[in-house]
Amino acid sequence: MSGGANTAVLDAHGRPIPLSERGPASTWSMISFGFWLFLLSDIVIFASLFATYAVLSNATAGGPAGHDIFELKGVFIETCCLLASSFSCGLMLIAARRRQLQRFYVWAVVTWVLGAAFISLEVSEFSDLVAKGFGPSHSAFLSAFFTLVGTHGCHVSSGLLWLLVMMTQVATLGLRTTVVRRLFCFSLFWHALDLVWIGVFTIVYLGSLHV
Amino acid sequence: MLGKLTWAAIPFNQPIPLVTSIILVIGIVALLALITLKGWWPYLWKEWITSTDHKRLGVMYMVLGLVMLLRGFSDAIMMRAQLALAQGSAPGFLPPEHYDQIFSAHGTIMIFFVAMPFVIGLMNFAVPLQLGVRDVCFPVLNSVSFWLTAAGVLLVNVSLVVGEFAKTGWLAYPPLSELAYSPGVGVDYYLWSLQISGLGTLLTGINFTTTILKMRAPGMGYMRMPVFCWTALAANLLIVAAFPILTATFAMLLLDRYCGFHFFTPDLGGNPMMYINLIWCWGHPEVYILILPCFGVFSEVIATFSSKPLFGYHSMVVATMAICVLSFLVWLHHFFTMGASADVNAFFGIMTMIIAVPTGVKVFNWLFTMYGGSIRFTVPIYWALGFMVTFVLGGLTGVLLAVPPADFVLHNSLFLIAHFHNVIIGGVVFGVLAGYNYWFPKAFGFTLDETLGKAVFWCWFIGFYLAFMPLYALGIMGATRRMQHYADPSWQPYMIAAFCGAVVIFIGIGLMVVQLWWSIRTREQRRDLTGDPWNGRTLEWGTASPPPAWNYAVEPHVTGIDAFWAVKTKNKELHKVAETRYEAEHQPHYETIHMPKRSATGFISAFFAVFLGFGLIWHIWWLAIIAIIGCLAVLLRQAWDMDRDQLIDGAELEDFDRRHPSLGAQR
Amino acid sequence: MSDTNSELEDEVSTNAKGYMAGLGLAILLTLASFGLARTHLVWGPGMPVLLAVLAIAQMGIHLVFFMHVNASEEGENTALALGFGIFIVFLVVFGSLVIMNNLSGFMPTMDQLMKMQR
Repeated sequence: MSGGANTAVLDAHGRPIPLSERGPASTWSMISFGFWLFLLSDIVIFASLFATYAVLSNATAGGPAGHDIFELKGVFIETCCLLASSFSCGLMLIAARRRQLQRFYVWAVVTWVLGAAFISLEVSEFSDLVAKGFGPSHSAFLSAFFTLVGTHGCHVSSGLLWLLVMMTQVATLGLRTTVVRRLFCFSLFWHALDLVWIGVFTIVYLGSLHV
Repeated sequence: MLGKLTWAAIPFNQPIPLVTSIILVIGIVALLALITLKGWWPYLWKEWITSTDHKRLGVMYMVLGLVMLLRGFSDAIMMRAQLALAQGSAPGFLPPEHYDQIFSAHGTIMIFFVAMPFVIGLMNFAVPLQLGVRDVCFPVLNSVSFWLTAAGVLLVNVSLVVGEFAKTGWLAYPPLSELAYSPGVGVDYYLWSLQISGLGTLLTGINFTTTILKMRAPGMGYMRMPVFCWTALAANLLIVAAFPILTATFAMLLLDRYCGFHFFTPDLGGNPMMYINLIWCWGHPEVYILILPCFGVFSEVIATFSSKPLFGYHSMVVATMAICVLSFLVWLHHFFTMGASADVNAFFGIMTMIIAVPTGVKVFNWLFTMYGGSIRFTVPIYWALGFMVTFVLGGLTGVLLAVPPADFVLHNSLFLIAHFHNVIIGGVVFGVLAGYNYWFPKAFGFTLDETLGKAVFWCWFIGFYLAFMPLYALGIMGATRRMQHYADPSWQPYMIAAFCGAVVIFIGIGLMVVQLWWSIRTREQRRDLTGDPWNGRTLEWGTASPPPAWNYAVEPHVTGIDAFWAVKTKNKELHKVAETRYEAEHQPHYETIHMPKRSATGFISAFFAVFLGFGLIWHIWWLAIIAIIGCLAVLLRQAWDMDRDQLIDGAELEDFDRRHPSLGAQR
Repeated sequence: MSDTNSELEDEVSTNAKGYMAGLGLAILLTLASFGLARTHLVWGPGMPVLLAVLAIAQMGIHLVFFMHVNASEEGENTALALGFGIFIVFLVVFGSLVIMNNLSGFMPTMDQLMKMQR
């Protein structure tokens, strides 16, 4: 399809043509916007889960509430891991843009390791709770908690898988245009997950302290 | 090994499903055999199954919708027949457990697998053509969307033959849809087929929003787009915003059913009302997703056949986007009676009444468009006029229901059924059929038979009123929805009248099939040789009928609303100039262009999606795991495919234009 | 198909300054949230509001410094889409909370309802 960026910015009389009239946007612009829309749809999924969590947070059915089972120290470490991996992801993208292959791999691996650390901490938190008899099938509150935080964790895990695929793509296809565009999409995804995590630690974990 | 699947899943002891299943299976096998014997597989595979062309995908969506209309309507006529018979001690012919599956299947199929494919099909076909571009932004994704929808359709149809369908209504409210009260596979069929097709729909939303906002012909600023594209934009924005809510809500119900969670269970703190709240948060925007593109169709049809520009373009755009936003502010009106206080009910009641205002603006704009125009009474205009009367009536009953005290009497009565069928049939079905008749010549190169088309219209129009006006009366008389049987004998005449209405609609649907068959047989008499059979106003009428794969050899340059009308007017002026000078000054310049290649990714991912769904429904875990691996494999293969474009030489473009002289947007 | 990455390269800066600023601010806000939540320096009922403000601020930092949301002509569609998304999130979350809270005030709890079924 002709997605060529229409470079006409001034019309025959020298007046600037508004962006909306310059014809089809560049491939980059389309992909970026399309991916943003996908991210927004994902955020609406999280909004539904947040709403459900908020509504069911008191439905403990005689079992534990948030402040009984949450350990903030672990959550703080998870937050640091994810924030740091967001930063290293940015550095990874800059290296890709500058076509610095070695640097790219270094920052990609750092991002991956930090993300994996986040997941392993979360998995241990979950298995701990299940072992104590506080699994998701024990109350509506627990179902909502496990689903909200677990869905975020599934997204992060998918991101880790995607990052592995991207590293393989760079290794096999090089830092060509298509691959760098995908890396940018990945970084948007990764930052968006950190953004959702801000909501999670605020509403779920810190929010449990003052209820 | 096979999970919950046993031979008992096949309905050997239920005559109606058994006979239907046998007919269905024989029909499908016969079709596949015919295709094999005639050697059509290579053609079908290359030109249709692996097509990434929005026009082909649009046609396939329409075919899907048409086929499922037959199944959804058979459910309807069975229900009407049952109710015409089952008064007092008469049992009718459908046992309650079967009746429950029928009304659930009817609603699910009609909304998700008839209306949505029809509307998405029209948008697929027409939007890129109207925008003056060669395809959507993400053609392979478009193919994936279609095939995932088809996968959902397949699963719903498999439920007829293997297992059962949900008995919970088309929205599967808990606690009834929870495992404790629906232990069978019916609700699982419902949930998984909708999750799969829902993903396809979401991808369509992303695709078309991006296309409309980022890929238009040069010169086509936002306020020069056809109104159909504005309504398509609003509908696709609603898809992106609302469908994730459905996905999340169904996911929570699935977690309840499969993993013993307690979101919506009646015990351990679950809250079924939260499901109802969320599902209607999606459900209300959904009906606007269905109706807005139909409003767009009517805008195009009315302007074209009144031979006048659409009245009040700016107010149409504002009204469309207002409806888009307001559709998110009314959802509680679907559950006024379920425990909210008067203040909350009042707020949503007032918001519901407010949303009628922009719709009213649109109706007036259509009326003012026709006023002073020279109207040609073609089949699409019949549908438009029928729509205006019928939809306004339906809207009025909607505003009546929007008053909470009235709704307390009428909620879940047949009055409600009559109301939503009034707006969906009067709005969506009439709109889709108008669009179908309007764009058919563009898609296939010949118009549909007018006489038969008008007969179809009258059957639907008369049949609708005969079928649903009695239901308004019955609702006021106290009749509830989803009844398999009733006691009051004074209701029976109305039920019989409603059944007669359904028969008239059935004749209408039969005539639709006849119209298609007859139109194909006599197509040479109605060939569209100019590409512009209706004296149209928008860019698609400047292409050949059917357009080449690339739509436009040369990008059209747009200078105003109704871009093609401007071209035709300018051409008429220019033809006063000596022909040779005109031709010398206006030679189009043909360059080599890129077009997307065809791709099997959509079909293959849907193939695995069907097995994933089937495996999850029947708890055949190894099948589900293999299917997930298959989906991932397809995704990875797609990721490494760097060879997705094909070049089309300028000479080929020029050759096509010479052989198909159309009124030509590029001249 | 445009195979140049000029627009991508405009969006991604060539140095890490933006990212470092974003990281610094995000760290500050995170520390503030975690720190303040565990103390009683803020009046009780005001704490959720403060936490919400800190969270929204940090989300803003992420959007601007990491995800490059800006007020440019090219980014207009993205910003509008983001605005629409925020509107939906707000509606779904607060709408649900208001409605469900309202319902629970007027309806018996599920336990009570189930007892009535017996």
